[in-house]
Amino acid sequence: MTLVMTVRESERIMAHLCRAYPEEGCGVLLGHDGAGAREVVGIIALENRREESRHNRYLIAPEQFLSADRTARAAGLDVIGFFHSHPDHPAKPSAFDLQHAWPYYSYMIVNVTRGTAGELRSFRLADDRSGFEEEKVELREVDRDRPGAADRLGAPGDRG
Amino acid sequence: MTARILLPTPLRPYAAHQSSVEVEAATVGDALKALVERHRELRRHLYDEDGKLRRFVNVFKNEEDVRHLGREATPLAPGDTLSIVPSIAGGNGAGAPPRPGARRPPAWATGEDGLPPLSQADLLRYSRHLILPEVGLAGQRKIKAASVLIVGAGGLGSPLALYLAAAGIGRLGIVDFDRVDESNLQRQVLHGTSSVGRPKLESAKARLADLNPGVTVDTYGERLTSENAFEVMRPYDVVVDGTDNFPTRYLVNDACVLLGKPNVYGSIFRFEGQASVFDARVGPCYRCLYPDPPPPGLVPSCAEGGVLGVLPGVIGVIQAIETLKIILGVGETLVGRLVLFDALAMRFRELTLRKDPECPLCGTHRTVTKLIDYEEFCGLGPGSAAAHAEDGLEISARELAQKRERGDDFVLIDVREPQEFEIARIPGAILIPLNSLPERMSELDSSREIVLQCHVGQRSMRALEMLHRAGFRKLKNLRGGIEAWSRDVDPTVPRY
Repeated sequence: MTLVMTVRESERIMAHLCRAYPEEGCGVLLGHDGAGAREVVGIIALENRREESRHNRYLIAPEQFLSADRTARAAGLDVIGFFHSHPDHPAKPSAFDLQHAWPYYSYMIVNVTRGTAGELRSFRLADDRSGFEEEKVELREVDRDRPGAADRLGAPGDRG
Repeated sequence: MTARILLPTPLRPYAAHQSSVEVEAATVGDALKALVERHRELRRHLYDEDGKLRRFVNVFKNEEDVRHLGREATPLAPGDTLSIVPSIAGGNGAGAPPRPGARRPPAWATGEDGLPPLSQADLLRYSRHLILPEVGLAGQRKIKAASVLIVGAGGLGSPLALYLAAAGIGRLGIVDFDRVDESNLQRQVLHGTSSVGRPKLESAKARLADLNPGVTVDTYGERLTSENAFEVMRPYDVVVDGTDNFPTRYLVNDACVLLGKPNVYGSIFRFEGQASVFDARVGPCYRCLYPDPPPPGLVPSCAEGGVLGVLPGVIGVIQAIETLKIILGVGETLVGRLVLFDALAMRFRELTLRKDPECPLCGTHRTVTKLIDYEEFCGLGPGSAAAHAEDGLEISARELAQKRERGDDFVLIDVREPQEFEIARIPGAILIPLNSLPERMSELDSSREIVLQCHVGQRSMRALEMLHRAGFRKLKNLRGGIEAWSRDVDPTVPRY
């Protein structure tokens, strides 16, 4: 199992999670799940909807999911997973993550230590819910021949 | 009743890859039970071990969350569509309260590690620095913590002050005692037309406050001297030399060596410039390169020799870059290297500079251990230019005018260049450019009084000394040159 994404998208993820520190940050991975590798084409950074314990819990509410799903479809993409941070905690799934996991989706976890992003890993739930299987994350340089995800999704770009 | 259940992507593999399933049921709860009866593998993903619907499984009837209706008892009507919508939850396994300090903002925001903190406004202003790995948060905080003294708010000082302030240097000191003159504006971009006549420090301070209010600007409206140099320079990490004269340049160099500070050097003349970093702790100083000052008048100032207005932009910006590199501790600075820039050829050359073991200031046998009289060192002290006035070798513009009115016998020699002569001249003056004076001396009659004149009085003093050595005795130098003539005698003579 491999998850392919551009360095640019990984940086957008890390930037969002660093801003959320010391709370957990979260968001949605959009892309394609092809025959070969699964590819992240864009991300949607979301507000953590937990009302308490945001330092070690995150929640993406159903209406956030529906909205992200609509955005994805409008861009010809699918929701292929989610990302969240583990502030001052290793980037590996917790028992709590396991209890709440859905099959199929990629669960990307980023360690953020003292406000700085560290390790980025991604996992998928085993069919029998017994645990997570790690998938390889392959970072690519930006492909200049293709419009960036941000352009496709209408996100404000850096004109600098 | 037939209800349609829409399945999200992750559940489809467990329902024969269908995106929707139709079931017969009267309530939402029944419909879901019918679903997992038909597709048994779905059960473990929708229900927990106790047979309860998992908390992260949300069911919407048409567009509404059934939790706001009757939950699993919500009745179904014909044609209703149920959607299973994930909510996604998780978090680190600890479940423990945040470790002490984790909720505290990071050091870059509090400054608890000793470097100044950055504000949200700083993050936006310096974002193009922050994304450079060579700068980053730590580097930008070093820049904010740094203090830089700029000696001179003129041609070099302008780009220096503008770029260093924009870059976020925490404290900028500027030494200058001059006022803004119209002839400065061609290159001294720190000042504007509205500032003509005002002290340069005033317009510099206003411009820099607008450019970056986060920078503290200290101003020293006095000439840098051997008496005040240590006191002025000591509080700064880096000193940048934007001076236009040799006494101050040697003073800045010597004080930097004695204080153990880096001296970012730049100089400009006509179309050429030089830059280096003198840091005697790790490399040569200015005296290793130029042990002795040039004879007075040999190297004209910009006022005398002219300068392409853009040139100080190039050299000043090189100095600003070197200053930032020193503060950041990145890259290779110009320590031990002299960059020579020729704007007409558009070429940069580089000379390797070595520490001179015989350097009287930073060599092995040091003879200069304190600041000296730099006017005298540069041949401008007693016995030279300043003294010439007392010796009666100088004449003011008004005295020259009176001399004319009286009909005194004298010849006025203009030692400027032909292109300057074309712009403005004192009626009756004879043009003999300084560099052609040696071979044209024979044209002069040593029995007549000779008044020498140039733009501001420097080159003509040099000419006077040349003629004096050649045996001429009846010599006078027009103090302040044609500039003074225009100001004090004949305003119709253009000033340039």
